Amino acid sequence: MLSKKSRFSATDSCGRSGNGAAVPFRNQIALAVVGAFMFAAAGSAFAETPPTSKVNTTHLAVTDKEVIVGQLHSSTGTMAISETGSIEAERLAIEQINAAGGVLGRKIKIIEEDGASDWPTFAEKAKKLLEENHVAAIFGCWTSASRKAVLPVLERDNGLLYYPTFYEGLEQSKNVVYTGQEATQQVFAGLDWVAKTKHAKTFYLIGSDYIWPRTTMKLARKYIETVLHGKVVGEEYAALGSTAFGSTINKIRLKKPDVIYAAVVGGSNVSWFKQLKAAGITGKTNTLLTLSVTEDEAKGIGGENLLGFYSAMKYFQSLDTPRNKEFVKQFKAKFGADAPIGDVTQAAYEGPWLWKAAVEKAGSFDTDKVVKAEESGKITFDAPEGMVYLEPNHHLRTRLRVGEWRADGQADIVYTSDYIMPNPFPKGY
Amino acid sequence: MMNAFYSKWLGGKRGAIELAVLAAFIFIVMPLWLDIFRLNMVGKYLTYAFAAVGLVMVWGYGGILSLGQGIFFGIGGYCMAMFLKLEASDLASTARQTTPGIPDFMDWNQVTSLPLIWEPFHSLTFTLIAILVLPSVVAYVIGVAMFKRRVGGVYFSIITQAIAAILTILVVGQQGMTGGINGITDLKTLHGWNINTNSAKYILYYLNGALLIGAIVLCKFVLSSKLGRLLLAMRDKEDRVRFSGYDVANFKIFTFSLGAVISAIGGAMFTLQVGFMSPSIIGIVPSIEMVIFAAIGGRMSLVGAVYGTLLVNYGKTAFSESFPSLWLFLMGALFIGVVMVFPNGLAGLYDTYLKGRLEKVMAKLRERGPLRKLSPVKAGVQK
Amino acid sequence: MDGYSLTDLWSILVMQGFSGLSLFSVLLLMALGLAIIFGQMGVINMAHGEFMTIGAYTIYLCSKITEQYFPALMPYYFVIAIFAAFAIAFAIGYLVEFSLIRHLYKRPLDTLLATWGLSLIMQQIFRSTFGAREVSATLPDWLMGSWKPTPDIDIPLNGLFVMGISIIVTIAVVLFLYRTSWGLKVRATTQNRVMAGAVGINTKKVDRITFAVGCGIAGIAGASFTTIASTGPTSGSLYIVDTFLVVVFGGASSVVGTVLSAFSIAQAQSILTFFMTEAMGKVVTLMAIIVILMLRPEGLFTSKVRR
Repeated sequence: MLSKKSRFSATDSCGRSGNGAAVPFRNQIALAVVGAFMFAAAGSAFAETPPTSKVNTTHLAVTDKEVIVGQLHSSTGTMAISETGSIEAERLAIEQINAAGGVLGRKIKIIEEDGASDWPTFAEKAKKLLEENHVAAIFGCWTSASRKAVLPVLERDNGLLYYPTFYEGLEQSKNVVYTGQEATQQVFAGLDWVAKTKHAKTFYLIGSDYIWPRTTMKLARKYIETVLHGKVVGEEYAALGSTAFGSTINKIRLKKPDVIYAAVVGGSNVSWFKQLKAAGITGKTNTLLTLSVTEDEAKGIGGENLLGFYSAMKYFQSLDTPRNKEFVKQFKAKFGADAPIGDVTQAAYEGPWLWKAAVEKAGSFDTDKVVKAEESGKITFDAPEGMVYLEPNHHLRTRLRVGEWRADGQADIVYTSDYIMPNPFPKGY
Repeated sequence: MMNAFYSKWLGGKRGAIELAVLAAFIFIVMPLWLDIFRLNMVGKYLTYAFAAVGLVMVWGYGGILSLGQGIFFGIGGYCMAMFLKLEASDLASTARQTTPGIPDFMDWNQVTSLPLIWEPFHSLTFTLIAILVLPSVVAYVIGVAMFKRRVGGVYFSIITQAIAAILTILVVGQQGMTGGINGITDLKTLHGWNINTNSAKYILYYLNGALLIGAIVLCKFVLSSKLGRLLLAMRDKEDRVRFSGYDVANFKIFTFSLGAVISAIGGAMFTLQVGFMSPSIIGIVPSIEMVIFAAIGGRMSLVGAVYGTLLVNYGKTAFSESFPSLWLFLMGALFIGVVMVFPNGLAGLYDTYLKGRLEKVMAKLRERGPLRKLSPVKAGVQK
Repeated sequence: MDGYSLTDLWSILVMQGFSGLSLFSVLLLMALGLAIIFGQMGVINMAHGEFMTIGAYTIYLCSKITEQYFPALMPYYFVIAIFAAFAIAFAIGYLVEFSLIRHLYKRPLDTLLATWGLSLIMQQIFRSTFGAREVSATLPDWLMGSWKPTPDIDIPLNGLFVMGISIIVTIAVVLFLYRTSWGLKVRATTQNRVMAGAVGINTKKVDRITFAVGCGIAGIAGASFTTIASTGPTSGSLYIVDTFLVVVFGGASSVVGTVLSAFSIAQAQSILTFFMTEAMGKVVTLMAIIVILMLRPEGLFTSKVRR
């Protein structure tokens, strides 16, 4: 819709008001040093904020002082267990952005909606946020189902969604930025690692019965058979919410795989690990690599049940960098020392920051301009996990890490991959 | 002839006024008052009202509490969704898939050809017939199995609930066929007509309202017939009716099937207005919520069921928008309150507090101007 | 099954048999409390799952308290905590009966709606008190791990434990109903409330105790499930479907029916899961249940239906 020219002129006018010049500075350096003090300084660096008529031509909820965004997660229902961390992380990020002067000189105000773990409610609330509140962006959704329900609404009303969960891929909407990893990023490097270090040849795949584990296991099987020249000795899906894994565990004993490769979710996950331990399958006797345990889940499962098992994630709370330590400190200060920070929580934290970077690059809150900025390939963020790069396909270029679980519910990082390009539509799989 | 229509289909003067008020509320007040976004939401709630109206028939008049109304709502909704999904999955828009031309979720689940039971849903006529026939067949089978053996009361409720639970698990489990927990999403057009535009939303809203009023009128007709009186008699003294020589089971089966078909129409309209269908709308929880809608409206009042549905859903939306973490408390309290304090729901409140006063006003009006004298037909449901 | 030695197959057979029994005891424990409340009183308690969650959170609290103040008692706290779980669930059940259920005996279908509302409120209370995240109680070591009668056979200790609890509870329930004067009163009240009252039984009190006992058993069930499953505000809703299925399939009115129903469902599911996948096993079991319920809607193991 927007011609290149008009976009440039928009940036131009911002540039003159001092903000255009601030963009690269703020992205690359200010974000790298996360002290709120620095932010305050950066914020006051452009006392003049661009006028609302310039940055908002599509009737979004943007005034001279503030910009309204939506937050759409389940704070009730079965998914509240998982989504709480994301809600907290997004709030923290937005608070920090506000402390640093906001976005284009405007403070962010959140309207929080509860999707109540119910997909029609997600669609309804997304619609409300976009059509009634005219929010500039939505941070939210967790399950694939909620994202799929919201997607048509986003595309129709041309809204923006920052989606934090690692997910199955096979999707790329111009209205969504996926801050979690898509399946290929999470699967391949982890399999490589386990095949190499554990000399694994046989794999047993088990997941919950829905789209994410199914797609993930499809990729894993192909990769194991064609690239690693290994063998899949069992592939199995447990009904969502199932708590009985006795028979499955017996099958695993019979097949004696080198690696158990698991993507069980929700309440089932707790039963699965508790019953594994009870059946004598532990980190000492078997190699288990899971895609669905973060620090959040570890709290529910109990560290002693996970001891010695491996997770493949892009982030672990124990990551030993000054940037991450700072982040962990801030998060705990706000939400309590007990609050775990999992992969998705960290990815949710990236959402508001990436949005801010994209808006400031675009010099506008207008969706089409922000999307163009997102697709420029120049949006980066010095996240707790390390630098992340927003690729034109709306996914992040990140690393993959493998963590070995300790009894205290934290993981030791035993492997860090190179940067992996996101590839939501893998060829040949 | 006119008179017969008046008393049979509309339920006499009181019934006619009720219907007129409801129609005015749905067709005039709501659209004038609300923008299209909120109106579409009301449209969604009104699809639940179909299930609630069905429940008034089955539960209020038939005396059998079905906790599986979501089954039929789901059947209707999924039939419609299958048709719309096939239309949305043309070769051009699915070219990226391994197997183009089949719904996207099948492709994700490594299904390589369209399952046989999906084939007939290419036809809209078949779909519409299926929406009406399938639920009545299912209800008939359940009804024959239960009522012929005189299973009733609490026991029937639990079994219908179990069936709803099983159906959900089946739908979630067979995701290559049904879309699993995600449901069938991203529905776009109905015979080339884009259902997501604002004008389409208006049209669907009015169609939905008209169908709902039609369903209520149909129920009123059934109730004013001999069957209606038998139903009431059965609910109060089933054995006496049986000993009078009636086959009680058949009446129950008929009512149950009628309720099922009405719910299924609601389900189909849900899919059209919301744009997707998912198993979260057919399980135990939504089925119980439908009962709550009917209970809050007043389990004996067809029109009340509609207001009950709107009230509960409005409450749900309003609470969850203003107090996201408190709304479960308020909803729970509402459920308990309606059972403990005003078991006849909104209709009961109306009868106790408002009706007398309204009638006084009417009487005064009548004294002043000659209104047509029509002895009010007792809507005879009070015991 | 080529390539597997006979010892392999034998140990799998043993462990598979055990996993079926273990699932059986889980289902039985879930369903017992409900079977009492529903079978004896005709009350549908939709908040049954939440009473289990009460038990689970009691264990969690006890484990935290013990860890904090009496670390030496860690290996033993679980046993005491189970009694606490019963007591707390019993007390809350007593309260609920007093404030809610007793007003609704003449309208059994309405108890369903009211207890549904109650379950929503309870879930929100859990969430506000313990947070939306799942929690995990620290279990004593003797509950974790496995017992190895031979090198190839692992019998999960937590499975054994749940099995033990469910046997004890079942025996206790049967004794309570058929060998105590309380049980006699309960059965008398069930059969004919007016006559029971006429011969001097305080039927109101009997109702209250029956309901509270049912809830207490749910508390025990929830407590013992912390060894195998998750604890969160909505964990109870995971169980409620299976619980109702067991009760309905068994025919609701007798403890024996509940036991047999739990046994057949558990064995079917466990065996099918071994030969198919978990999801398929469950689906086939459920289909079989539907078909059987169609043929015998009053449940598998009762001959007469109470209405």
